[in-house]
Amino acid sequence: MSSFAYALQTTIGRKILTGLTGIFLTLFLIAHLSGNLSLLIPDGGEAFNRYAEFLHDLGPLLWIAEIILVILFLTHAYIGISIYLNKKKARPVNYSYYKSQGGPSKQNFASRSMLISGSIILLFVILHVMHFKYHLFSPETYMTSYDGQEMVDLAKHVEVAFLNPWIVAAYSFVMILIGVHLKHGVWSAFISLGAKNPKITPVLYTVGGVVAILLAAGFLLLPLYIYINGGLS
Amino acid sequence: MSTQDNISVNLKVWRQDGPNDKGRFEDYSLKDVNTHMSFLEMLDVLNENLMKEKKTPIEFDHDCREGICGSCNLVINGIAHGPEARTAACQLHMRHFKDGETITIEPWRATAFPVIKDLVVDRNAFDRIMSAGGYVTVATGNAPDANALPISKVHADSAMDYAICIGCGACVASCPNSSAALFTGAKIAQLSKLPQGEPERKQRVKSMVEQMEKEGFGDCSNFGECEAVCPVGISISAIATMRTEYVKAMFS
Repeated sequence: MSSFAYALQTTIGRKILTGLTGIFLTLFLIAHLSGNLSLLIPDGGEAFNRYAEFLHDLGPLLWIAEIILVILFLTHAYIGISIYLNKKKARPVNYSYYKSQGGPSKQNFASRSMLISGSIILLFVILHVMHFKYHLFSPETYMTSYDGQEMVDLAKHVEVAFLNPWIVAAYSFVMILIGVHLKHGVWSAFISLGAKNPKITPVLYTVGGVVAILLAAGFLLLPLYIYINGGLS
Repeated sequence: MSTQDNISVNLKVWRQDGPNDKGRFEDYSLKDVNTHMSFLEMLDVLNENLMKEKKTPIEFDHDCREGICGSCNLVINGIAHGPEARTAACQLHMRHFKDGETITIEPWRATAFPVIKDLVVDRNAFDRIMSAGGYVTVATGNAPDANALPISKVHADSAMDYAICIGCGACVASCPNSSAALFTGAKIAQLSKLPQGEPERKQRVKSMVEQMEKEGFGDCSNFGECEAVCPVGISISAIATMRTEYVKAMFS
């Protein structure tokens, strides 16, 4: 019973998979954010549109990247949900009163709400892809041209979306949740992958918190800027 | 913390007649509790009173009462071993409670630790994890010379940091997922640091992890609550060590 397939299903294998997929998803977020922030260059969205066109032109390479992303998301979510179901099985009768001892414990709002924040983020990702890739909530496609080259004006699409107060509110809420999820997630991924030096682990917890705040703040910047400024420029 | 010599406390104690009983809380009040008593001595006094009233005393586990045997297992006011850090329930004194305070006492709650009666749970799951691989091979015959096997101070100290585990199960009891990762990790980490543990090193981690899975403990989510309630303060580095040992064993 010590095959590789069995090892992946043990609590250890599952934790390592959660950590690995989590780290790759975080790296994806960093790449995504750098793309988004190109909208803040005051060029009428040209850099952002050219970047979108470049990704689009990758063709099959983009599909492979998308399939990998879907696998990462689904693996991460599947294990997260099964951890929750296991937890119910491992303690069917709950304590009538339960409290954290504090001290070195990392039990807090972030770590206890991983399933809830994760579920909302997953739902958001689906809606987000429908919105910006398949134009679910705003069916018009804006076009623009640079040096005679026709391309989709995705910057305009983003601008229109973030002038809608409901979208700004919902988006901002989820971006804060991503920060909350990462506050425990980044640190937890390091521990799952074997970080064990007691001198370094507290530093990793701080690093996780900083990464969480930077990513959440970065993603919040764009919608708030567009909404408060009344547009991109 | 109480500075008085005597306090009164109200107790809300889990009573369960047997493994199949549903169980319920019962309320007791105790006057003139000497604050220099340990928590278990306070329960002894309560049991004396119950017996005088011809009632069934409360069953609870205890043995050495000096914090090294790992028998006592009480969730006191929602925290395994009570509110004092690095203190087993037997070493917790009544001076840490306020006069008139209501104290809730529950058993460890986990599928892998079924309640036998009242506050006593069956912790044989830990023994089965130990039997699966928590041992070393020794040469029979004459006893070897002491210190014949060189071990660096760093490794010896590090192994000792894990060897102090008393197997009480507070890690499981306090874990929101009821994971036994800290206990199993401490045993694996301890033996992985020592040359005596080397012969079975790879098989040990596989077998102990496999047994841990079978016992019905939950997943570790790196909450770190186990380290916080551990009466001997074992670091969750033990869990990270178990993971790296497991991966090494799988890939070699």
